[in-house]
Amino acid sequence: MPHTVELRGHPASPGVFCGPLVTVDAEQPVTRAGGSPDDERAALKTSIAQAIEELTRLAEQVDEESADIIGFQIAMLEDPELSQPAGDEIDCGTPADIAWKTAVEVQVADYEASDDEYFRARAADLRDLRDRVMRHLTGLGKSRLPGGAVLVGDDVTPTRFLETDWSGGGGIVLTGGSATSHVAMLARSRGVPMVIGVSGCKIAGHREALIDGASGEVTLSPDADALLRFEALSRQAEEAKKTDAEFAAKPARTADGEPVAVMINVASADELDAIDVATCDGIGLMRSEFLFHDGAALPGEDIQFTVYRRLLEWAEGRPVTIRTLDAGGDKPIAGLTVDGEANTFLGVRGIRLSFAREDVFRTQLRALARAAPHGTLKVMWPMITHPDELDRAAAIFDEELASLKAAGIECARPQLGMMVEVPAPAIAPDLFDAAEFFSIGSNDLTQYVAAAARDNVAVMALAEGVRPVIERLVAGLVKYGHARGIEVSICGDLAGDESAVNQLLKAGLRSLSVAPAVLGRIKAAVASVRLEA
Amino acid sequence: MNEAQTSVLMVHKIGLHARPSVKLTKLAKGFTSKVELAVAAEGPWIDAKSIVKVMAAKAPQDTVLHFRASGDDAENAVRALADLVTRDFDEDREDASHG
Repeated sequence: MPHTVELRGHPASPGVFCGPLVTVDAEQPVTRAGGSPDDERAALKTSIAQAIEELTRLAEQVDEESADIIGFQIAMLEDPELSQPAGDEIDCGTPADIAWKTAVEVQVADYEASDDEYFRARAADLRDLRDRVMRHLTGLGKSRLPGGAVLVGDDVTPTRFLETDWSGGGGIVLTGGSATSHVAMLARSRGVPMVIGVSGCKIAGHREALIDGASGEVTLSPDADALLRFEALSRQAEEAKKTDAEFAAKPARTADGEPVAVMINVASADELDAIDVATCDGIGLMRSEFLFHDGAALPGEDIQFTVYRRLLEWAEGRPVTIRTLDAGGDKPIAGLTVDGEANTFLGVRGIRLSFAREDVFRTQLRALARAAPHGTLKVMWPMITHPDELDRAAAIFDEELASLKAAGIECARPQLGMMVEVPAPAIAPDLFDAAEFFSIGSNDLTQYVAAAARDNVAVMALAEGVRPVIERLVAGLVKYGHARGIEVSICGDLAGDESAVNQLLKAGLRSLSVAPAVLGRIKAAVASVRLEA
Repeated sequence: MNEAQTSVLMVHKIGLHARPSVKLTKLAKGFTSKVELAVAAEGPWIDAKSIVKVMAAKAPQDTVLHFRASGDDAENAVRALADLVTRDFDEDREDASHG
């Protein structure tokens, strides 16, 4: 057994887990030891068949819209024309994996060269099916990452995270500081421990790993001592979980009896199945991006309406804040967001993209207006930078509302508010008094205030260092909101950080929206705060 | 051997895209005849049963699609395909542009 190796990275999601080590993407692409042309042809045929079978099963588990996208990939794989050039290459002695990759890359390049953005976006589908077949050809097997394991790699995509079954636990260790923050967010909301920026991570020879997401420690081939520490940590975590569950079950109150609303952030409607609505005071942030996987397969008005109504019905009258599409930045959508921007975080993202793609925006607003009568809906604009944007967004909303009414379709006007994540409104909230509520997005606000990317390990400490500044901005917003009767809440990661709860409440905040996984912990943190000095 | 040919204007919002192409090639495959499609009267003619080829044609909205078939069920094949295009690929959903 190899020696125990201790590694340290940056904590990205708390929790402990010990289990088998699985490499997500080998740094060196695995290549086949090529056989005879007959063998290679057979291998390609089998791999394509396996990919089709996998996709067919996946298509059965998703909504109709996604199933259509998968159906397209299946149809492409079933077409002998796709693998024909690969077959010719194989006859010339090329191994199946290289022949296949080359053949599909020609197709990818062809789509990428199209003037039509819908056809261009298909390149992503081609790449996806290419990789799926490649995984079979090179023996990497199923595309689905195994649950119940510590996954190690450069990066994990959000869709691969969502595909993974985390019910048996698991953990993620990433070597890079690449665009991982989206996955980190998912990991926190599902309670999957995650450590990023682990350098010098040579895992060859190691079979098992222990991850402590809170400290950022990763132990390869843990020895008896490490396992003992792990057991102690697990026990603590178990006990904390029990306490959390007790707190989650009741409304949050400070030690001196001040009620505090604790809501949840959700990324997809499916998450709600596992959450008892009675444990929260509503949905403080519904990220609607997850409906928009692909610019060429945007969700229609009816599909969006169904999802939004489901959220409202789940909440049983509690407020549900849905943020309009916040694509761009670290959340690109092929065919929708702007390609090739020099700095995506300072580019066309959030409400800016909605104005640039008004057709997509209007469809979402119609769906929201139709869902509004089914509960207490609040609609939130992301990335508001200038007061005019509030007026423009509201005007578009009102136009769609009027057109629905004219058509005799049931609809209503929800409260329209804004995210405070750009420094401008945080510094001068009085200029943004047209907003009906403010919700502080502390993650983006922090990175914009610190001018330090949240996914760049090298400058991460700067972002952590500006916390006193963020707290001061929060206090200013709360004071202004209180004076003007504009509700202020916070839905960024700061709200879900136990160590920040005391400051946030003392700054006057009474509404926190957090990842479902930390609901109980934050309520417990609230209970320990004494506001009266 | 029967032969048949027809042309029809495609009004689909974004053209012969993924979902319409899947439908079209599936329908074509249901016939024993050789079925071909072209985006111009003079061709080139492509296999209407191959989604790779059909997608590669990248036919935009307002393209006149030409179908021709040869085989026992040639006439039925051409009529069925033209019907599918006339029915706008049965996409009356408002989100028809997303396929």
